[in-house]
Amino acid sequence: MAKIIVVTSGKGGVGKTTTSAAISSGLAMRGHKTAVIDFDIGLRNLDLIMNCERRVVYDFVNVINGEATLKQALIKDKRCEQLYILPASQTRDKDALTKEGVERVLNELIEHGFEYIICDSPAGIEHGAFMALYFADTAIVVSNPEVSSVRDSDRILGILQSKSRRAEQGLTVKEYLLVTRYNPGRVESGDMLGVDDVQEILSTTLLGVIPDSESVLKASNQGLPIIHDKESDAGQAYADAVARLLGEEVDHRFLSVESKGFFQRLFRRSA
Amino acid sequence: MSIFDYFKNTKKNTASIAKERLQVIVAHERNKRNQPDYLPALQQEILEVIRKYVNIDQEHIDVQLENNGDCSILELNVTLPD
Repeated sequence: MAKIIVVTSGKGGVGKTTTSAAISSGLAMRGHKTAVIDFDIGLRNLDLIMNCERRVVYDFVNVINGEATLKQALIKDKRCEQLYILPASQTRDKDALTKEGVERVLNELIEHGFEYIICDSPAGIEHGAFMALYFADTAIVVSNPEVSSVRDSDRILGILQSKSRRAEQGLTVKEYLLVTRYNPGRVESGDMLGVDDVQEILSTTLLGVIPDSESVLKASNQGLPIIHDKESDAGQAYADAVARLLGEEVDHRFLSVESKGFFQRLFRRSA
Repeated sequence: MSIFDYFKNTKKNTASIAKERLQVIVAHERNKRNQPDYLPALQQEILEVIRKYVNIDQEHIDVQLENNGDCSILELNVTLPD
């Protein structure tokens, strides 16, 4: 049974696209046929994060409007055999996405044997964000340990629980919390909300905690989904999150400041 | 307040302030979210009825719906002027 997963947050700039790229790549690396769809109509960026911006010919809206077939629009990822990207359109017409059109594309993907469909939501709670979450049966709510992001996450959780298709059918959407840009040092000094605090406020299952890491920007500069950087803590944290999404029990890592040994301290700068 | 207390205060844990503020606003917004759509209209009509007899403002009336398991309580609070 195919799974439709929305990556959403309400607030912008918290790491939705980074997460969509990492999770979809991670699922494909684990052997699952995965499609990732950019719902940010007018402001497409997933293509850039996944390094396929120069291979975009047709987009999501072209497929909805019947101007291209799904097969023509899907871009095969160069790194993962099982991964396909459906880029957003650059049109400024916000109503280009219709419920019927989106449903048709999702059904066609399922017919083509895709096991996971990741919907990368735009920021806000407008039409695009609503379309991205409406058909989802699982939601990954991305939140930074910061007041405005946590509040917006709660708004999005409320929308998932009342406006999604599953809510209309009297069912629930499986909700996961993913805390990104986490800085254990600042949490320990009392300047940042801890993951327990965020989880307590939102009362949602914790999928993972992604540490604030320089490697994330370095990866996006190159169009490399961060999960491919197996040396980086953020990449490893995303791999753990993918394992949890697949039902494995994995302990959370990178939640406290690493205690560095004498030599590590001495040579800290050389790393 | 001694000078030492002053320095202590400036070091107050900002994360705990954030948590308290979030708990208050999130609880408030969840409560609002769970209320049925007809509540504002109901409040307006009750206000108009009371106004026939006593002159009160919008802020003197408060309507809330609380759900306790299988029973709902409609709470109406009207503050009458002196």
